[in-house]
Amino acid sequence: MATGEKIVNDLTIRAATVNGSGSQSSNLVLTHALFRLGIPVAPKNVFPSNIEGLPTWYDVRLSPQGYKCRSGAIDIVVALNAATWHDDVASVRPGGAIVHEAVYPVSGATLRTDITYYAVPFGELAKKHVAQGSLRKYLVNMIYVGVLVELLGIPSEAVEAAVREQFRRKPSAVETNLAAVRVGVEYAQTHLEKRDPYYVEPMTGHTEGSILLDGNRAAALGCVMAGCTVLAWYPITPSTSLCESFISYCDRFRADPATGERKAAIVQAEDELAAIGMVLGAGWAGARAMTATSGPGLSLMAEYAGFGYYAELPGVIFDVQRAGPSTGLPTRTLQGDVAFAYTLSHGDTKHIVLLPATVEEAYELGMDAFDLAERFQTPVFVLSDLDLGMNVWMAQPLAYPDRPFDRGKVLTAADLERVESWGRYADPDGDGIPYRTLPGTPSAKAGYFTRGSGHDEFARYSESAEVFARNLDRLARKHETARLAVPQPSIEESGHATAILAYGTTHHAVVEARDRMRAAGLEVDYLRVRALPFSPEVAAFVARHERVYVVEQNRDGQLYGLLRTDLPAADVARLQSIRHYNGVPIDAAVIAEPLLEAERSLATSLA
Amino acid sequence: MSTGVSKINLNVTGLTREVYKGSATTLCAGCGHNSITNHLIKALYEYGVEPHRLAKMSGIGCSSKTPAYFVDQAHGFNGVHGRMPSAATGAKLANRDLLVLGISGDGDTASIGLGQYCHLIRRNLDMTYIVEDNGCYGLTKGQFSATADLGSVLKNGKVNEFETIDVCGLAIELGATFVARSFSGDGKQLVPLLQAAFAHRGTAVLDVISPCVTFNDHEGSTKSYAYIKEHDYVLHSADFILGRGEIEVEYEPGNVQDIELADGSHVMLRKLDRAYDATDRIGALRVVHEARGRGELVTGLLYVNPASEDLCERERVPRQPLKDLGEADLRIGRAEWAKLMESFA
Repeated sequence: MATGEKIVNDLTIRAATVNGSGSQSSNLVLTHALFRLGIPVAPKNVFPSNIEGLPTWYDVRLSPQGYKCRSGAIDIVVALNAATWHDDVASVRPGGAIVHEAVYPVSGATLRTDITYYAVPFGELAKKHVAQGSLRKYLVNMIYVGVLVELLGIPSEAVEAAVREQFRRKPSAVETNLAAVRVGVEYAQTHLEKRDPYYVEPMTGHTEGSILLDGNRAAALGCVMAGCTVLAWYPITPSTSLCESFISYCDRFRADPATGERKAAIVQAEDELAAIGMVLGAGWAGARAMTATSGPGLSLMAEYAGFGYYAELPGVIFDVQRAGPSTGLPTRTLQGDVAFAYTLSHGDTKHIVLLPATVEEAYELGMDAFDLAERFQTPVFVLSDLDLGMNVWMAQPLAYPDRPFDRGKVLTAADLERVESWGRYADPDGDGIPYRTLPGTPSAKAGYFTRGSGHDEFARYSESAEVFARNLDRLARKHETARLAVPQPSIEESGHATAILAYGTTHHAVVEARDRMRAAGLEVDYLRVRALPFSPEVAAFVARHERVYVVEQNRDGQLYGLLRTDLPAADVARLQSIRHYNGVPIDAAVIAEPLLEAERSLATSLA
Repeated sequence: MSTGVSKINLNVTGLTREVYKGSATTLCAGCGHNSITNHLIKALYEYGVEPHRLAKMSGIGCSSKTPAYFVDQAHGFNGVHGRMPSAATGAKLANRDLLVLGISGDGDTASIGLGQYCHLIRRNLDMTYIVEDNGCYGLTKGQFSATADLGSVLKNGKVNEFETIDVCGLAIELGATFVARSFSGDGKQLVPLLQAAFAHRGTAVLDVISPCVTFNDHEGSTKSYAYIKEHDYVLHSADFILGRGEIEVEYEPGNVQDIELADGSHVMLRKLDRAYDATDRIGALRVVHEARGRGELVTGLLYVNPASEDLCERERVPRQPLKDLGEADLRIGRAEWAKLMESFA
């Protein structure tokens, strides 16, 4: 098989292991080693909702073009889980290779003629070379790294540096792990003959100056830099690490060792009903507050979300989306909460929703959310997803914020001195955004009554039909104002008739799909929505194109549906919908194939 | 002092009683909640709460409307049903200087809000939590609530067949640091208990039996004016002495339990027919349950732990309100930021 062309730095490696076996350290060492060689890496962790015992896979894609989405095919599998042996063999693409525990049977369905097998007695090697029995199951994984080092030609300095980095807080582990890597290298040198086409070579031009970071940590840093001081949360996958990162950054950067005080208040709430109540209570009283959750938690937050909208209270809610409905697949990804979040709660409720696609945006939009929440005095939802939140991505270093907090329209005691009276829900500026005061403001004029029941401009209880409708109209006006204040769409346009419209992590598959289509002779423009409500730019973009394919990761085409409601009737017919919803991150083929086919059949029918 | 000007009574903050009033009540005439509002006005006035420092919190129900009926100048927060504790928690964390006063009902606390009630107490958030307890749902026309006593009869003859949730017993069980029970008709007892609750650092629970004149004040009800008057077992008479001043009132030694509260105020509990130690948690539970067994309602300061640590202290929340912190306090410095980014490379 080695007779074919060499394939350099363009492959996906999958490690198939058992959850809880410590494979994550080995996976990260491999990823960092490749990244250090200048090779763009895009890792995806496919893990079970389980602590120990169930199968888990880690895919790392190497791509000379720097593509960050899944490739859609597995080139090399490292099979270390007997329970998934059959499936793992089947997952290798024709021409690929499988490195496997030697005792696994290669016969019948597991005997393929179109892939290369490398049998390695991992268990035996560990037994022989790892003295401490309790460490064996962990170090088996490091042995696989050594085997790949030899098979792919990964320079060993890069691996050594990555091991040192991985265990920098536990120097005693460095030597043990390096020894395990060497066991793998030596075994491969003496027993394996290279028969696959895959090679790794150092390269330049892509990773210099980049960082590797997961979206949840980036979002947590956004919260820190936005001045969030209150976190109320209930643990739920895949949002937990966002909160835990925020807590650890507060411990590290906001604590005063002299007094023991920490400039943040953190409450692990009893449920999400309470978490959002605390966030809105804190926002009401003037602190920047946030919670992070996923679909099931968002469902519980519906009640207070409506209160926040109607009583006009700031707060930031991160929804790191997972695959629903219901408990669904807690450790898989989807963009399934978009329509729900946008109108979360009963009655005519519409929220500001931010849609980060990248690690940089998880940070930046995470930060923007706090300004928008206070500027618009309303809950702001940041819809990330498991793919962005929990996977590590190549990104640019996060930029230090260049502007102060925007605390919005808050009247101080001095401001109140200058006015005869003020109405909490009046609209003196005509933008739908009223003025507020904070509890504790030392002025007899500051107080007002916040309520979820009908209220007039002066926050007085009212059941008047006119007052009620007038207030709803003002809230709608405020939402209109938000169209231009939220992050505007990112547009790549060169006058083509066809376009793609997407959002969130779907972006990364769109990037590769556009290249593939260009290679097939089809150029498409691209608009990426970064927030709801839609900017006027979105409607204008759709109107400029004959066909706009709306690509998203949910079954019902949720953003497609929102667009159909929002756009002028004449433009709705321009929209087509492409959907992906199996819980695995979308890849380029899912977009390029149906789109090319649709465009070709259209060309044929027109011809 | 007197200079011939007509005498206006001012409290320690220099404000008139008028300042502590709110808009007119919209509850039924004779509702126990209105009496509680009046006692609250007196208690807040005498305690000298600065209106702008007061945060009036409530959920949903008849009880939860009452924050509109006192201290007009203060900020009020009439939130969602059963979720007042969480909003109160957020508000207090944002600004430790606020005096947080929550008003709830028996449905708002013991049914839809039971979870938040329990966890509020566990955290010992520094706030006063009043349950205006009438054993029924008023706004939806008189259904039983979870604090209705076993065997109590509704106006339409329906008998409550379920065990009651005793919000005081539950609070003590959960580790509450201040638990009192009183009766809306007994201002003499309720006003000092309210003031002691303001002075306490931690969650102060006051279960105030407050008859619903429209739906639960008939014969057969165990939350009627007549029933309460007949079955009120008063533990002690309470006096509240504000601040760190000398205690001038003379008490017969041995008959009074003097408890110093977090702000230096004192609550003096004068023994009536038998001795009661308000700092004995297990004793408090026994008395509450024994009284219930006899069909009596025990009132007074059931339990207090004056030295408790509240949530803000336990969480090491800075004294300066979090709401007032700015970019320089909260952002990571530029040099440290650069190092942090370096560590991700």
